[in-house]
Amino acid sequence: MRLYEYESKMLLEKYGIPLPKRILVKTPEEAAKAVEELGGKAVIKAQVLTGGRGKAGGIKIANSPEEAKKLTEEILKMKINDFPVVAVLVEELLNIDKELFLACTYDEVAKQRIMLISDAGGVDINEVVEKDPSRVYREWFNPFYGMMAFKAKKMADFLKLPKDADRALQSVIMRLYNLAVDYDTTLAEINPLVLTKDGKIVAADAHIEIEDDAMYRQQQRLEGMGIHDRPSTPREPTEFEKLAEENDMSDHRGVAGRAIDFGGSLGCIIGAGGGSLTTFDAILRYGGNPANYCEVGGNPPVKKVYGLAKLVLSKPGVKGLLVCHNVYSNSRVDLVARGVIKAMLDLGINPAEYPVVYRGAGAFEEDGYAILRKYGVRYYDRRLGMDQAAKLAVEMLKLIEEKEKEGKSLEEAQKEVAQYIKTEEFVKKVLGEEVAKKVLEGL
Amino acid sequence: MGVFVKVEVNPEKCKEAEKLVEICPVDIFAVKDGKVVVVEENEDECTFCNLCVQYCPEGVKYTKLY
Ligand SMILES: Nc1ncnc2c1ncn2[C@@H]1O[C@H](COP(=O)(O)OP(=O)(O)OP(=O)(O)O)[C@@H](O)[C@H]1O
Ligand code: SF4
Ligand SMILES: [Mg+2]
Repeated sequence: MRLYEYESKMLLEKYGIPLPKRILVKTPEEAAKAVEELGGKAVIKAQVLTGGRGKAGGIKIANSPEEAKKLTEEILKMKINDFPVVAVLVEELLNIDKELFLACTYDEVAKQRIMLISDAGGVDINEVVEKDPSRVYREWFNPFYGMMAFKAKKMADFLKLPKDADRALQSVIMRLYNLAVDYDTTLAEINPLVLTKDGKIVAADAHIEIEDDAMYRQQQRLEGMGIHDRPSTPREPTEFEKLAEENDMSDHRGVAGRAIDFGGSLGCIIGAGGGSLTTFDAILRYGGNPANYCEVGGNPPVKKVYGLAKLVLSKPGVKGLLVCHNVYSNSRVDLVARGVIKAMLDLGINPAEYPVVYRGAGAFEEDGYAILRKYGVRYYDRRLGMDQAAKLAVEMLKLIEEKEKEGKSLEEAQKEVAQYIKTEEFVKKVLGEEVAKKVLEGL
Repeated sequence: MGVFVKVEVNPEKCKEAEKLVEICPVDIFAVKDGKVVVVEENEDECTFCNLCVQYCPEGVKYTKLY
C-alpha cells in the first residue's frame, strides 16, 4: 500500500527524522491561512499517490497567502498520471544547500534489506544515476544483525558532508531503517533529503510503501494514525480492465486476466505472473508501447483466453500482438493457441495476415504448434527467449508505424509486416544471425 | 462443431448419459430428452483426457481438426 507524502511524513516524525514545518489543507482558503502561519512563504505540494509531482507542476512555491490560494486552487484540480490530488501540503520553504537521496528497500535476489544513498537527490535522480551509477552507494543488511552503527557511518561517509551534518545523517539512516523494519515497508524513500544552508538534515519529501501481505499486522496501528487501507491502484478501472476482470471471474479455473490498461499499440497476451512482469519490463526496455499488461496462467479454459484475446485485439489503438508464454506458466500451449486463434477468427481477422509474435512452450506444445501452423501464424518455441520475443514484437510494431507514416493504411501496413516478420531476414536483423539460426532451425 | 475439436457421441451406444456428463471435466456432454448430446459451445474446451472414450469406447469419438 502506498502512502501519501503527508502520511509518510507522519511515520518519519514518529521515528524522529527532522522534517520541515507543514500543514495539511483541503481548500485554497485553508492554504492561504497556512502560509500566513508559516511566515508568508511556503511550498504548496500536491498530495497524490504517484511520483513526478514536481515535474508535473504539482509542487509550487507561494510567496504570499494570496498566491497560495491561487496555486492551491489549481493544484487541487489536477490529475497526475491519472491520480487525483486529494489534498495539499503547505510546507516551510527550506533554504537548500544540497539535495540528497536516501532509501531503504528490499533486494529480492539477496533476500535482504538494502539501503541506497546518493548526493544526486531531487527530481532528476533517475537520469543522473543512470549516467553515473557511481553516485549511488548501496549497503545490504543481514536480518540477523539488522542495522549496525558502522554501516550507517559507512553510508553517510560516502557523501563527505561536514561533521555535524554527517552525524545527523547517520542518525536519519538508522531511524529510517528501523521504521522500514517495524512497518514492513517495501520502500521507504526520502528524496530529497535536504542539507540546508545552515547545515541541518531535513526530509523534504517522503515516499513509503507497505507490503500488502503484511497489512494484516500493520493495518490496526496505521488506522490508529488515520491511515486507511486502499487499493494499490486508486484510479478507477477502465472499461477494458472491467471487462477483462469480468471475463476472468466468469470461471474459477486458471487466470486469463489481471489486465491493466496502458493505452499503447502492442497488445499483449503473456503468461504467468513472473513471466508477464519480466516480459513486460523487456517490452518497455526495448522502447515498446504496450496496450496492456495481463497474466495468463494455471490452465484457464479456452473461453477465458478467447475472451481476453478478443478484448485485447479489439482494444482501440492495438496494431499488433505479442503472445508469450513460458513453460512455467503451467498452461497448455494448445489451449492458449485455441483461445487466441478463435478470437481472431471471430473478429474477422485472418491470423495469417495479422502481425503477431507468438512464443509458446510447455505442455501440449506440439498440438499448439499444429494449430498455429494451420492458421499460418509464425510461432517460436522455447529456443526463443521471452526477452527476445519482446524485442521482436517491439520491432514489429515499429515497422507497422513506419509504414503508416509512409502513408499506408493501418490494414495495409499490418498485412505487409505480418508477411515480413515471418522471414529469416527480419529475425536476423533484430536478433542477429546466430540467434536467428538457432531459433528458426526446424520450424 | 468446435473450431479445433469435434466430439461425436452415439446415444444408442452410450446409454448411461449422466455418467458421461459427470466424467467430462469441461462439460462437453449434456442430457437432452434422456439422451446424451454434445454441447457444441464447449467442444473447443476438450482436453483429450480420454475419459469419455474409456467409459464408452464404441460410442464416443473426438477428432482434432488441425
Ligand atoms: N519544503 C521544501 N522547501 C524547499 N524546496 C522544496 C521543499 N519541498 C520540495 N522542494 C523542492 O521541490 C522538489 C520536488 O519536491 P518533491 O521531492 O517533494 O516532489 P517530487 O519528487 O517531484 O515528487 P515525487 O516525490 O512524487 O516524485 C524537491 O526536489 C525540492 O527541490
Ligand atoms: S476427451 Fe475428456 S475433455 Fe474431451 S470430451 Fe472426452 S471427457 Fe471431455
Ligand atoms: Mg521527491
